[in-house]
Amino acid sequence: MAILSQSMVIYEEEFERISSVLARLWVDANAKIVFLVDKNGQQLAAKGDLDKVDTTSLASLTAGNVAATDGLARLIGEKEFSILFHEGERDNIHISIVGQRLILVVIFDERSSLGLVRLRVRKAAAELEEVLSQMADKAAQRGEEVVSPFAEITDEDIDNLFSE
Amino acid sequence: MSFINYASREINCKIVYYGPGLGGKTTNLQFIYAKTNPSNKGQLISLATETDRTLFFDFLPLDLGTVRGFRTRFHLYTVPGQVFYDASRKLILKGVDGVVFVADSQEARMDANLESLENLKINLRENGFDLMTIPYVLQHNKRDLPTAVPVETMHRMLNVKGEQEFEAVATTGVGVFETLKAVAKLVLQELSKR
Repeated sequence: MAILSQSMVIYEEEFERISSVLARLWVDANAKIVFLVDKNGQQLAAKGDLDKVDTTSLASLTAGNVAATDGLARLIGEKEFSILFHEGERDNIHISIVGQRLILVVIFDERSSLGLVRLRVRKAAAELEEVLSQMADKAAQRGEEVVSPFAEITDEDIDNLFSE
Repeated sequence: MSFINYASREINCKIVYYGPGLGGKTTNLQFIYAKTNPSNKGQLISLATETDRTLFFDFLPLDLGTVRGFRTRFHLYTVPGQVFYDASRKLILKGVDGVVFVADSQEARMDANLESLENLKINLRENGFDLMTIPYVLQHNKRDLPTAVPVETMHRMLNVKGEQEFEAVATTGVGVFETLKAVAKLVLQELSKR
């Protein structure tokens, strides 16, 4: 799939759809936080009690965790471990791979259960995969005609970033 | 792989600091972290051993401001430099947009520099990148040490494609921001070409 080697681009429409899938999952799974990151550690969208956690670090560490687990899987001849689960005293983290390149993370406590989370995640993952394939189609259709917003970036623009 | 979000008008890029063990990759990030305005940075995450050697990676998210209406974020990563952590290094290069090679200027570390550089080429290739085309800068660190070899020697041995080079003393911050700025610029220029 060519899209894998390109930058990931997300537009308003897909972003809204992803956000609404996450919002529903958050309610249905009785979760504290749900968020979606790509395998490189970039956060795409999140929903829940976000002010209490550092979501950027969470995204990066999740991706690192999945990458390490992928490495382990390959070592023993598995393609991937599609679900990871970390159980804590109060909070638990459920991590699953969506459409090969995204990671769906659900953080929940005793108000929910692993069974419920797994059930709801499965449904949400299917919906997310649909959005993802739509994104891929769109990217393929637009192909060359998409002009990067950075196409006309100047040295001055870049220097300005470092001016302070 | 950069990630452009039109909905929130953000762009995220990934920069990896590579190089031999104890060369100063983490120190680069620590200095950047210490000198950056709190509103422009996230937490510095270090997955290190008890003796403060990088085990998996260090991670620092930086917000550089706005370009063409897009918030520009750089995610800085270091790799563990020790030879036996190769599997981890390979993982961290996944989706990289730009690389900084932090070379150790001490004469005794020249072999380690060369070995790490060779390892970088291989691991980039395994992730579908080519050192010859990826945004890349070279930092000669530890210039303050009496055992540092001349920059000309460093250049001759380590420069692979005429990339920009920076003399640095990461512990005091000499050359640290110059290096970061150069690689960030190359990454953004690369984006403008797509």
